[in-house]
Amino acid sequence: MELSPRDLELLALLEDGLPLVPRPYAALGGRCGMDEAEVIARLRRLLEAGVIRRFGLILRHRRLGYRANAMVVWDVPDVRVREAARILCALPFVTLCYRRRRHPAWPYNLYCMIHGRERSPVLEQVDEATRAAGLEGLPRQVLFSRRCFKQTGARYFSTIRNSLREAADAAPGA
Amino acid sequence: MQPRERELLRRLLRGIPVDSRPFAEVARELGMDEAEVAATIRRWLEEGLLTRFGPMFDIERLGGAVTLCAMAVPQARFEEVAAMVNAHPEVAHNYEREHRFNMWFVIAAESRAEIDRVIAEIERETRLQVVDLPKEREYFLEFIPEVG
Repeated sequence: MELSPRDLELLALLEDGLPLVPRPYAALGGRCGMDEAEVIARLRRLLEAGVIRRFGLILRHRRLGYRANAMVVWDVPDVRVREAARILCALPFVTLCYRRRRHPAWPYNLYCMIHGRERSPVLEQVDEATRAAGLEGLPRQVLFSRRCFKQTGARYFSTIRNSLREAADAAPGA
Repeated sequence: MQPRERELLRRLLRGIPVDSRPFAEVARELGMDEAEVAATIRRWLEEGLLTRFGPMFDIERLGGAVTLCAMAVPQARFEEVAAMVNAHPEVAHNYEREHRFNMWFVIAAESRAEIDRVIAEIERETRLQVVDLPKEREYFLEFIPEVG
């Protein structure tokens, strides 16, 4: 989907979150010269296009008591990755599952996340997942998180908007 | 967390409506009032339960690019390197993990070329290797915790 400069303006403002007022879309519009109806129409279109997945909460799992957060990686033969991922996704405790490119320094291609309150049940779930997906004996690593420094989301749209503004400033009259 | 708040949290995880009075709609569904919904969200933000209340973007739908990066940072330099990495606006959720590769972060940018530029800058600034692990396939999308 092609974003217009007005979409970009709106998305850049939304990176700070939705204003917590009775009419948040009107408030947002007030900050970028649009009326409420235009803001709603643009955001609905962005939702339909999948650019916005949903409006809601970005949770900090640790604060909910999910302190044992494990990233589990395996090196799975390419022909078996898809089936293994399908099995992992069906497990109720697996929260994310990705296939990534292997790197010479990190030769793993299947990743999943398991969030739990305590480490030992999470480790049991790692074993259960390994068995269920038939990944016993394959190279595996379990990395628990110790701290989260930054969970703000990248400043993606404001970066693009600012670079467009700079380009416009550098080319007056263009 | 009170049962009423848990119910609100669960409801909000599904997303709020894009309509004139979204908090009023959510409040009506749950038998709360509009001001209470907004005030509760504000408190969760202050308490740090939420990092943000707003849209979740799909950067790749826009032709943008995302990757996961790992670094093996000597313990003595950890804070210094974290500050250098986190100073880049393209860097999102950076985690310290218990491993020789102890720093894991996501870079989201306008293009793959921009990601390469950010990685090169981080390598130059930190004098450490950044292991770039781009996603080939996402199998499962979202974490809806069993709240409570």
